[in-house]
Amino acid sequence: MNRIQTRLQHNKKILSIYFTAGFPNLEDTVSIIKSLEENGVDMIEIGLPFSDPLADGPTIQSISTKALKNGMTTKILFEQLKDIRESVKIPLLIMGYFNPIFQYGVEKFCKKCKEIGIDGLIIPDLPLEVYEEEYHSIFKNYGLLNIFLITPQTSEVRIRKIDAISKGFIYMVSSASVTGGKNSFGKEQLHYFERIHNLKLKAPQIVGFGIRHQESFFQATKFANGAIIGSAFVNFLRENSIQQIDTFTRKFNSLKK
Amino acid sequence: MKNSYHINEKGYYGEFGGAFVPEMLQPNLAELKEQYLEILQDKKFQEEFQDLLQHYVGRPTPLYYAKRLSEKYKTQIYLKREDLCHTGAHKINNTIGQTLLAKRLGKKRIIAETGAGQHGVATATVCALIGLPCVIYMGAIDMERQAPNVARMKMLGATIIAATSGSKTLKDATNEAIRDWIQNPSDTHYIIGSVVGPHPYPDLVARLQGVISKEIKVQLLKAEGKENPDYVIACVGGGSNAAGAFYHFLEEEKVKLIAVEAAGKGIDSGESAATSILGNIGIIHGSKTLLMQSKDGQITEPYSISAGLDYPGVGPLHAHLYQTKRADFMAITDDDAMKAGLQLSQLEGIIPAIETSHALAVLEQRKFKKEEVVVINLSGRGDKDLQTYIDYFNF
Ligand SMILES: Cc1ncc(COP(=O)(O)O)c(C=O)c1O
Repeated sequence: MNRIQTRLQHNKKILSIYFTAGFPNLEDTVSIIKSLEENGVDMIEIGLPFSDPLADGPTIQSISTKALKNGMTTKILFEQLKDIRESVKIPLLIMGYFNPIFQYGVEKFCKKCKEIGIDGLIIPDLPLEVYEEEYHSIFKNYGLLNIFLITPQTSEVRIRKIDAISKGFIYMVSSASVTGGKNSFGKEQLHYFERIHNLKLKAPQIVGFGIRHQESFFQATKFANGAIIGSAFVNFLRENSIQQIDTFTRKFNSLKK
Repeated sequence: MKNSYHINEKGYYGEFGGAFVPEMLQPNLAELKEQYLEILQDKKFQEEFQDLLQHYVGRPTPLYYAKRLSEKYKTQIYLKREDLCHTGAHKINNTIGQTLLAKRLGKKRIIAETGAGQHGVATATVCALIGLPCVIYMGAIDMERQAPNVARMKMLGATIIAATSGSKTLKDATNEAIRDWIQNPSDTHYIIGSVVGPHPYPDLVARLQGVISKEIKVQLLKAEGKENPDYVIACVGGGSNAAGAFYHFLEEEKVKLIAVEAAGKGIDSGESAATSILGNIGIIHGSKTLLMQSKDGQITEPYSISAGLDYPGVGPLHAHLYQTKRADFMAITDDDAMKAGLQLSQLEGIIPAIETSHALAVLEQRKFKKEEVVVINLSGRGDKDLQTYIDYFNF
């Protein structure tokens, strides 16, 4: 069984954290991962920076630009993660746009992920249909779970299709938004969370985009199995050191039941 | 097997195209994909579209026999005068079509990206005409370089938003427009400005620009007693004026097509926009196509003296034409383009857009036979580029 699946079997709400590899400094990747695990984070998404991140808001855009300036590349990231499984036990995913993965070679990329002990990939601009037709068997061969997104606009037919092919979890995008949305969740979102819950999907659901404080974490996990925090954490790293990560994670850990 | 130059049922030209977009855009594109052909073929739509093309844009644009240019190059040169379209370039053929389409889709708001500002002006113009609110994304650097077009768009009532991410130019403006669309999925239509982006945009824009080659056929039959020229030459940024000029000749293999990219300061100078030569296959703005990128797959910033040609990708149709060798791709430097622009001004009394000057420069580099008929698509007029011409020639 994949680490993601094992982790999601427990009934507890999951706290998942996204960060962009290569920021604040090129060499921070491993210390951020270790610190997140030590501070009770259940799952980590390691962002592979891209020059043109279409689904991201200003925070992750500018951090990605910085990470690339710092010199981050796919090769360097893999090199940094080489021995990560000697210490880190929680599920690790890589989140990145398709072009850098395509240039590296999809099969070679998946093979490397398996060697390292990566459990899944989130590739926002790799559509379901292309994945099914061209890449599913490669992912399967290397034991990688591909994570699909759904949004408030996704039709039920499509959600069911995504559910059928999802082996890890479904990434529920909280609203019609790019990452880092500033609004609190209103009636519309809460209704959407509940609507998805009532579909009784087979795959667990984790909510992401715009989760940044206790209130939004609490609302997101009322029905879903967990939440992903990205921009808010990346912003935290702009102003705080890796040693202070516990002050960030503490407030969310207290809400996991 | 004979090559096809039209999209297949999955939205690909050969191996290029598709819709590599985040799930957030899936419903918008599905809606467009399901309806665009039906709407384009609808009789009422066509009536309204053709009426505006004729009475508002000023179509058909002349196919002008360039006598002095023909004498100089000892061949038969015709210029397709897209520069005489309202707003001064072919871009408006697309924006009229897409705005009418947006209305039929029930959209209440229009967004677009722009580089040089030509597509932005054409979009703002039609939005004023039809009465729809309009938001234009433009790179912060381009806003400085193209101040007159920014003023035009404002005067036409559009809201201009500066793209301040990444390299602050066309590719980033396109990213911002796509992000806007993600956040406004139901009431907004995104008018992409060239034959780029996810399926069905490349096909949609090519069909709307196809009016250019449709008219060439009719006009050439009158002038030369035959529909097909020997050559069609057009410049390629994203590729919309070329797609339009080539469209009805794609299957006529005897018509040779020449697509002209911007070599900037030279192919090997590191400052170039010759995508087909310098690029390789990847994903840009939702399309699998040729693009300029680092070996790690980061999209690189192109350069050309012409703001309308410095896009790091090329439409998937053109990637396919390049790969199948259906079109010949040439790269023209800044210097050669500027010379050709000056020459057209002084031989024919037409000041072309610098984009178009790249296509004109082919005449210096290729030998054509005396009796051959060469059609050059004069995609736009040079008013917007006057400052660049002035700076370059020290007028
Ligand atoms: C006059 C003119 N020609 C050509 C282009 C290049 O675009 P495309 O390749 O889509 O025709 C532009 C773009 O701004 C333009 O303004």
